[in-house]
Amino acid sequence: MARRRINLPLRISMLDKVLFYFFAGTAVASGVLMVTRRNVVHSAIFLITALLATAGIFLQLRAEFLFIVQIILYVGGIMVLFVFVIMLVNLDVALQQIQFARQRWVGLFVALALAAQVSFMFWTSGKMPGQGLPVLTAAAATKLPPNSEAVARSLFESYLLPFEIASVLLLVAMIGAVVMAKKRA
Amino acid sequence: MLSIEHYLFLSLALFIIGVVGVVTRRNVIVVLMSIELILNAVNINLVAFSRLYGDVAGQVFALFIIADAAAEAAVGLGIIIAFFRNRETVLADEMDLLKW
Amino acid sequence: MTNPIIQATIEFLKAFWAPLLCGVAIVAVLPLIVGYIVLVERKLMADMQARLGPMRVGPHGLLQPIADAVKLLIKEDIIPDNADKLVFWLAPVLSVGAALLSLAGLAIGPAFQIAQDINIGILFVVGVSALGIFGIVLGGWASNSHYSLMGALRSSAQLVSYETAAGMALVSALLFTGTLNIKSIVEAQSNEGIWFVMLAPVAFFTYLVASIAETNRAPFDLPEAESELVAGYMTEFSGFRWSLYFLAEYANMIVVASVATTLFLGGWLRPFSKVHELPGFHLLNLLDFVPVLLMVAIGVYCLQRTPKQPTRVQQMFMFAVAGLCFVLGLVLLVPVVVPIAKPFYAGIHGGFWFILKVSLYIYFFMWLRFTIPRYRFDQLMRLGWHFLIPLSIVNVLLVGVALIAGSYFHLQGWGLLLVTTPAAIITLIVAFLILAIEKEHGAPQDQSAASDFYAG
Repeated sequence: MARRRINLPLRISMLDKVLFYFFAGTAVASGVLMVTRRNVVHSAIFLITALLATAGIFLQLRAEFLFIVQIILYVGGIMVLFVFVIMLVNLDVALQQIQFARQRWVGLFVALALAAQVSFMFWTSGKMPGQGLPVLTAAAATKLPPNSEAVARSLFESYLLPFEIASVLLLVAMIGAVVMAKKRA
Repeated sequence: MLSIEHYLFLSLALFIIGVVGVVTRRNVIVVLMSIELILNAVNINLVAFSRLYGDVAGQVFALFIIADAAAEAAVGLGIIIAFFRNRETVLADEMDLLKW
Repeated sequence: MTNPIIQATIEFLKAFWAPLLCGVAIVAVLPLIVGYIVLVERKLMADMQARLGPMRVGPHGLLQPIADAVKLLIKEDIIPDNADKLVFWLAPVLSVGAALLSLAGLAIGPAFQIAQDINIGILFVVGVSALGIFGIVLGGWASNSHYSLMGALRSSAQLVSYETAAGMALVSALLFTGTLNIKSIVEAQSNEGIWFVMLAPVAFFTYLVASIAETNRAPFDLPEAESELVAGYMTEFSGFRWSLYFLAEYANMIVVASVATTLFLGGWLRPFSKVHELPGFHLLNLLDFVPVLLMVAIGVYCLQRTPKQPTRVQQMFMFAVAGLCFVLGLVLLVPVVVPIAKPFYAGIHGGFWFILKVSLYIYFFMWLRFTIPRYRFDQLMRLGWHFLIPLSIVNVLLVGVALIAGSYFHLQGWGLLLVTTPAAIITLIVAFLILAIEKEHGAPQDQSAASDFYAG
């Protein structure tokens, strides 16, 4: 149980790859399952899985502060709110009705066209001169500064104004949500 | 970190799934959940580039997006609850009071 | 090239075999530990109610947890009629998974972290234990029963409300450390020479109350009290599924006690741990012998009670317990006295002090359970939102101000008490002001709660 320093080699280790494909596969599968379930509670559970997989991707990218923030805020906060509201508005009648809107095929076609466009753009990015994605390689994991410290420093030094505005936004949202959901006496 | 294309394709896949969810489903709660999925796809994109360039600003931006998503989910769900109290429905097709 | 999954597994095992072993050991041993904590609770409850508690199974009822575990495992697994089978299966798993996962981030001694030395240690533990809320909500919903759903919604509303207060209380203590890493937090307490409970007592009190609410313990146990909603969200779960929820509840108690011990009570530090560096205080090093004396005292007490036992089996058992205590005392004595074994001092004595503090915290939980009547649900929510959250936010503010004043005057260690005590006093004044304002507005005990979904 002694403390060990984990030094994975500079070339991408197999563990890294397997972890990425595992989390990516879980995220995509959960996403697909989420938009196709009839029961809204099942959709919520699959969204929770998708969010946890996204948190795993953040961890794999060595963004550990964002990993834990995603778990606390998104999964532990926003999803709890969703599940609460689902239980408040749950109608058994809704389960028997048609789940997909009338424009579903058009919508699917448009979304797939968008996907094809963007994938084509990624695919040909290196092949046209002067364009494309950067060919940098990321810094080795052991040379990164401690993540929480770096994020905190950036948040309170460079981005203090957006931070304060975000807190005002949250205050406004809180007041709005309370007013909206209150019962008119 | 794997090459950036991996993360971009993952982000694109989640984004498209979210878009399909928003455009296709009738239940507005599922629509809201798909919007959350879209925001997560954007977050993955930002964090991947932040790792590539070694600049932590991408992660700070993702943090703000998470805070914003929380605010938006709260207000959106408040609206849904208020509407449900009046009309007893959460299906988007039936929310047509302003149609002429 | 070999199969990538096999290669990845080998890499994983080579790097992480120690935490894996630790994790497997914890998951295997935890049900037993939880069972004995339950036995301690029943014996304590009996003692405070002037009776004896479980005495039949095994000597002095010591095999009772094993009998209970066997009973729960062989019970029939009843699933309600229209219950959603997937979610019904998933809910207890989520609860117990979150509780066990949050145990992974803790550290019992300076070298005894359970999984890894995580950089975001405390935040990981608190965040992952919040995932247990889903186990409760989904369990209540999947049972397809009104009592379960209401109990689940009440319980999760309570958990969510007190999470904020608990987090803010932790932040007040984290202001002194500047890091989230568990080892660094305890090192900071060692460097300052003072535990954070004395520097931020209001934060400790807030965390104490909030953690009682977080683990659904009395006096905040309305959602699962037997006289209220049958058993709340756990009503329809029987046999092994119920034991998973039970395990999750007590594992959560251990987690919450460990977090409080790490942040406020000095983790694995002996009281006055830095004292040997100060001149003239060498006598306090005699505190090193306290664990040994404690064990020897328990052993002597057991030896004294041995002849008074009614049956031969119980006599032999008491004698064995006394022997065990003496052996433990010897183990604790060796690192202090024998110079070769000095490096083991931090680990062994650290583990002892940590477990002692966690046990005291849990004993306090149990003591409260048998002493105080429970809160009604709307009183509970008012306490959380109207009292604890403002109190903890004001405390964070004032502790921050006190720290700035302290660094301006170059105060350190016990000197910080000069600035933090006024901060604590001002926080208490604010607390009394809040209470006075609440009383003035007319307590909602008289209002009819018809419009409130949760007040039933």
